[in-house]
Amino acid sequence: MELLREAWKILIEYWPLISRGIINTLIVSLLGTVIGLMIGLVIGALRYICNQRDRKEKKSVTIVKKIANFVFGAYVEIIRGTPMMVQAMLFYWGLKSSLQWDPFVASICIISVNTGAYMAEIIRSGIQSVDKGQGEGARSIGLSSWQTMQYVILPQALKNAFPSVGNEFVVNIKDSSVLNCIGFSELFLQAKSIVGSTFDYVTPFFVAGIIYFILTYATTFLLGIIEKRIGLPKQTMPTSQTMPAREE
Amino acid sequence: MDIIRIKDLRKSFGNLEVLKGVDFSVAKGEVVTIIGSSGSGKSTLLRCINLLEEVDSGSIYYHDVDICNTTIDVNEHRTKVGMVFQSFNLFANMTVLKNCTIGQTKVLKRSEKEATEKAMHFLEKVGMKDFANASVTQLSGGQKQRVAIARALAMDCEVLLFDEPTSALDPEMVGDVLDVMRDIAHSGITMLVVTHEMSFAKDVSHRVCFMDQGRVLEEGTPEEIFQNPKHQRTKAFLSRIIN
Repeated sequence: MELLREAWKILIEYWPLISRGIINTLIVSLLGTVIGLMIGLVIGALRYICNQRDRKEKKSVTIVKKIANFVFGAYVEIIRGTPMMVQAMLFYWGLKSSLQWDPFVASICIISVNTGAYMAEIIRSGIQSVDKGQGEGARSIGLSSWQTMQYVILPQALKNAFPSVGNEFVVNIKDSSVLNCIGFSELFLQAKSIVGSTFDYVTPFFVAGIIYFILTYATTFLLGIIEKRIGLPKQTMPTSQTMPAREE
Repeated sequence: MDIIRIKDLRKSFGNLEVLKGVDFSVAKGEVVTIIGSSGSGKSTLLRCINLLEEVDSGSIYYHDVDICNTTIDVNEHRTKVGMVFQSFNLFANMTVLKNCTIGQTKVLKRSEKEATEKAMHFLEKVGMKDFANASVTQLSGGQKQRVAIARALAMDCEVLLFDEPTSALDPEMVGDVLDVMRDIAHSGITMLVVTHEMSFAKDVSHRVCFMDQGRVLEEGTPEEIFQNPKHQRTKAFLSRIIN
């Protein structure tokens, strides 16, 4: 009870600081997820295409595909195999002299690049989950492999992958906390600075924890509603309904 | 004048040789059914004609152009040679109408209006006009297959390949699809049909072709094949499937 009362006091007293932290956390995780999804869509689709050998393709095309495959593979594996905190420090300080960027812009870039690697794998497995016949149907009427991807495979892959994409957003809300290491004032950094002025190590982090939980729980809830929406067919009609072949 | 002429076509999947030298031709406007037990290479042959499979050796001439050994526009070839699959393969993310217009607008570069008119014309022909705005996930198998036929026809293809179009259907739906196919057969389009529906082979096709172990063993008019098969294997197959 004592903790809750203390927490409430801190929440009221430092609200301007905390609210800015919440907004920053949400902006960075939302933008990171959206930009990461775009990176993932392009790289996931390209990796899938590069893994296919087309009918009598030129040798040069095969080589380009192999190189692209290696580069994209390296990106995905390296980003997924190292902590985002290390990536953040490395990119931020490594590029600071040439880009002159502030922690906000740097944070969005880092979280996007990081999410992109995870999204690429999510999209790739989404593509693989689409029935092979869909692609064959598309090719059989003359759509090119890129058109097949764009109009037939990717829309279905995205729908299949939606739960995982949403999950990345939830993960980003939590994991953006590591961006405090480059001085980006998201929720965790704000809590840390409250600690600095109150010398109370527990309550500010308790407050931050509760806020993080509310954010992720609300997001999960919202995603669940959207998931149900897109899972349903556009119009409902019993599937067994049949019609005579032609009007007599 | 042969629209399709196949010479010594061979195709293997790994160690399994599926087509062991197929020689075969189809005249313009002809309706040919290919029969044979499963594993005899019927479907693979069709998929090779549509270039969905890469052949190992041999040639397929389409209008006297060797499509296997010369550089051709694969996508353009596929607009002329339509395909209807056993598993329908309708685009699950589109409506019935969109399924029939996407190829027209994106490949043939027709206007949206022209494509819609064409699609509606063929949807009416297959009896699916009222379902134009339905999502394909709501359709029954027979309805899906009829839409798939309309989708192929809307591309104004010259040849239509059917790969066991009724095998995945409930028995009561088979009749609807066969009726549509009969209709198209009378419209003069060249048709190549892999099927187990012997009534269709007998009544509709101009020529029946029996495939066995990766080769065309016997071909002839429906009367010749069904009443007077020359090969022992053809006889055995027909007696098994008819009784």
